[in-house]
Amino acid sequence: MTAPKIAATDVSRRDFLRFGAVAGGGFFIASYLEPLGKLVEGRHTLAPADATLNAYIRIMADGSVTIVGKNPEVGQGIKTMLPMLIAEELDVDWKTVKVEQGQLDTKNFQGQVAGGSSATPSNWLPMRQVGAAGRAMLIAAAAATWNVPAAECETDKGMVKHAASRKSLSYGDLAAKAATMTPPDLKTVKLKDVKDFRIIGQRTRNVDAHAIVTGKPLYGIDVTVPGMLYATFVKCPVFAGKVVSANIDAIKALPGVKQVFVVEGGTNLGGLLPGVAILADSWWQAKSARTRLKVTWDEGATASQSSVGFAAKAAELSKQPPQRSLRKDGDVDAALASAAKTIKADYFYPFIAHASLEPQNCTAHMKADGTMEIWAPSQNPAPGRSMVAQTCGIPADNITVHLTRMGGGFGRRLSNDYMVEAAWIAKVAQVPVKLLWMREDDIQHDFYRPAGFHYFTGGIDATGKVTAWRDHFVSFGEGNNFAAGANIGGTEFPQHFVPNFALDASVMPLGVPTGFLRAPGSNGIAFATQSFIDELAHAAGKDPLLFRLDLLSNVQPDVPAAAPGGFPQAPYDHARARAVLELVRDKSGWGKTKLAKGTGMGVAFHFSHRGYFAEVVQATVSKEGKLKVDKVWVAGDIGSVIINPLNAENQVQGSVLDGLAQAFGQEITIDKGRTVQSSFDDFPLLRFVEAVPVEVHFAKNDIAPTGLGEPALPPVIPALCNAIFVATGKRVRTLPLSNQDLRWS
Amino acid sequence: MKVSFKVNGQAKTVDVPGDMPLLWTLRDTLDMKGTKFGCGLSQCGACTVHFNGAAMRSCMTPISAVAGASITTIEGLSADGTHAVQQAWKELDVAQCGYCQAGQIMAAAALLAKNPTPCDADIDTAMNENLCRCATYLRIRAAIHRAAEIKAQGTPVVKKAGEKGRQL
Ligand code: FES
Ligand code: FES
Repeated sequence: MTAPKIAATDVSRRDFLRFGAVAGGGFFIASYLEPLGKLVEGRHTLAPADATLNAYIRIMADGSVTIVGKNPEVGQGIKTMLPMLIAEELDVDWKTVKVEQGQLDTKNFQGQVAGGSSATPSNWLPMRQVGAAGRAMLIAAAAATWNVPAAECETDKGMVKHAASRKSLSYGDLAAKAATMTPPDLKTVKLKDVKDFRIIGQRTRNVDAHAIVTGKPLYGIDVTVPGMLYATFVKCPVFAGKVVSANIDAIKALPGVKQVFVVEGGTNLGGLLPGVAILADSWWQAKSARTRLKVTWDEGATASQSSVGFAAKAAELSKQPPQRSLRKDGDVDAALASAAKTIKADYFYPFIAHASLEPQNCTAHMKADGTMEIWAPSQNPAPGRSMVAQTCGIPADNITVHLTRMGGGFGRRLSNDYMVEAAWIAKVAQVPVKLLWMREDDIQHDFYRPAGFHYFTGGIDATGKVTAWRDHFVSFGEGNNFAAGANIGGTEFPQHFVPNFALDASVMPLGVPTGFLRAPGSNGIAFATQSFIDELAHAAGKDPLLFRLDLLSNVQPDVPAAAPGGFPQAPYDHARARAVLELVRDKSGWGKTKLAKGTGMGVAFHFSHRGYFAEVVQATVSKEGKLKVDKVWVAGDIGSVIINPLNAENQVQGSVLDGLAQAFGQEITIDKGRTVQSSFDDFPLLRFVEAVPVEVHFAKNDIAPTGLGEPALPPVIPALCNAIFVATGKRVRTLPLSNQDLRWS
Repeated sequence: MKVSFKVNGQAKTVDVPGDMPLLWTLRDTLDMKGTKFGCGLSQCGACTVHFNGAAMRSCMTPISAVAGASITTIEGLSADGTHAVQQAWKELDVAQCGYCQAGQIMAAAALLAKNPTPCDADIDTAMNENLCRCATYLRIRAAIHRAAEIKAQGTPVVKKAGEKGRQL
């Protein structure tokens, strides 16, 4: 891993002053911070003896330490984890640390994004350097006070000590002086040795746990601004359909309704779309008024789209020469012609919604001085602010964005449509506005995980080795561009492990918004490729786990290995892939247990977001076709250190169960250009009775730690389908399973 | 319409449309944001409160039906987060995003009030309508067992015959 750029975290005197101004600014605009101020425990103004060491660290004269978590918290645990990294190197007692959510601040902070499992690898060094810089300044302050060399001073849980003179001072005593010390160069600041870690690697509880279990306002939906109105926004069920006419005056007359207006919007599916905004004294009144709203829509050209139509088009494209070749190694046709066995199979996975439990919402206030304040549950607030600036014609510097805790995101909140809607409505209304979507809006106006079609052909020789692999991937997009989340890299596994390999792609146009769902790309691709590898294993008469280990050993020296998934710094490491497969084999008792008919174990592995995961699922299918997962074993490799094992286990179990929910019954279908499903009734989330034991193990190595929000998800789906094959003899090539007939005799 | 009822032991009178659900009365009229909105359709349980002691969805309960009732919300489960269920939730670090947890906690507290030593099957049955999109179910189950222990003042719970607490 190359060291990420850390320019924005440089600790300088100017940063201190700038952050001081922000802290003071918080006081200055107290009337609007007040509502959210309630949300953030420990927000206070600075007394003279308190000190801000840099944009992340504030030490009060009483010794209490506040650390700012800069990244958006969506349930991945980053608000706890990044401050742990700082606190470790600052060398304070974690119990004394208060954590504060940073607001969007592109001058002081870099990478305020919850996406791509990227926060761990990109912050592992910089956040520790920030903490170490603070520690160095405290040491410098103590050394100056005692007139001893800094090198003779040590720190221990919030104290600086000088052994020779037996002097010690607390960080609180030193804070004011430390803030006047010259900050050290972040690049050369000394970091702790791994063996000296006292916070990193400890099972550390969520810093918001108490606020969560006592019902404190934390989330975007909880924001209140004095004088605000509540808004609902009605869009055309066909994406980007325009408003022709609406019974605006009738709606205006309804109880509690204050303003009703048409938003013209545009045609960019990621931006502000057309619709009707209803603003009322309470959200209930706005929503009630909505049931009486009558809109005539111009549905536009995409009103004829359907999932059935997409499937027919994909089948047609699969029979034509592919539009593009993404990768070609060797000669697949020749290898297939001479193969001992050839296998063909077609795979399909559907559109899926994110369905985070907190529906999309955002609060915005356009003020008389031309500035705007926004409270946004966004995973990627910086582009949201740019979009607001552009759409509403407000300079980005005049827009303040507060980050709130989010009730889930899974990639949904990487899109900022709700933010631009709230901003636009607030600008037109000239009052503070809380926009809240209905559940139905949330399911029907998502940026869906795009459906995908894979048309595979594989060849094996007489010894059971894979000699040829072709995947004609059919998805959505135009020309050489894939729709968001619909792309595939030319180096997907088993590229580099099969001598004759071809990955081709064809796309069809799409008028449905798509985006990134937890482990984007991988969550579908792993299902298709790891299921097809299983088909090859069974065709070769080999144990599926051993077959995979053999495949991973079959490195093609003449075929260059490019980096999968767009991580040029992390080429496919077959040793790590093998290690997690071997670990999950050992932990699951693979091949050792005799299973009754109707019960089977399946295995799969996948590399994504810099992490390697192998998983085994044991599943039982009754003769009547009723599926029950018995247990899942997980082996993962995300590097040398599990920063917070307590949360890591939770994330992995959540990812795996999330994958099971997708496989069991999640599907978004499009008909007449609109989304058919609308609630948890027809888009089912996992339930208690389906929550099976998930045993989690980590393989360790000496690579710097990487992220965990996503890579544990992809393998569980093919591992489950492969288990079903063993249990029933039925190969699942289409998801979700609720549409499949699993009966056997 | 004017409706009087008790919330967390305090008498309240609100003047809101009679069809306004208790959820929105709590959140927007009384500014109690602990009870959450997930669907408004009685499908997810995020809005679970206690209605005269029993777990109930507040998103489809019109305020007119609440007159004279005693409502407990997450804010009133204990004065300071020390209810056994809240303690167990913190101890086991149940939450991921945390959004469903107020509803989960209220449902769990109601379950334990009726059944102080639930087995896994009891938990699954009682809690099956409470959805967690982050899928923290394994920890919720474990935390309910732990809360049962805390409630029984730290003495290990005697499980029903043949029943073992499921491992995480
Ligand atoms: S919000 Fe009441 S059940 Fe979902
Ligand atoms: S913790 Fe996120 S929905 Fe349950």
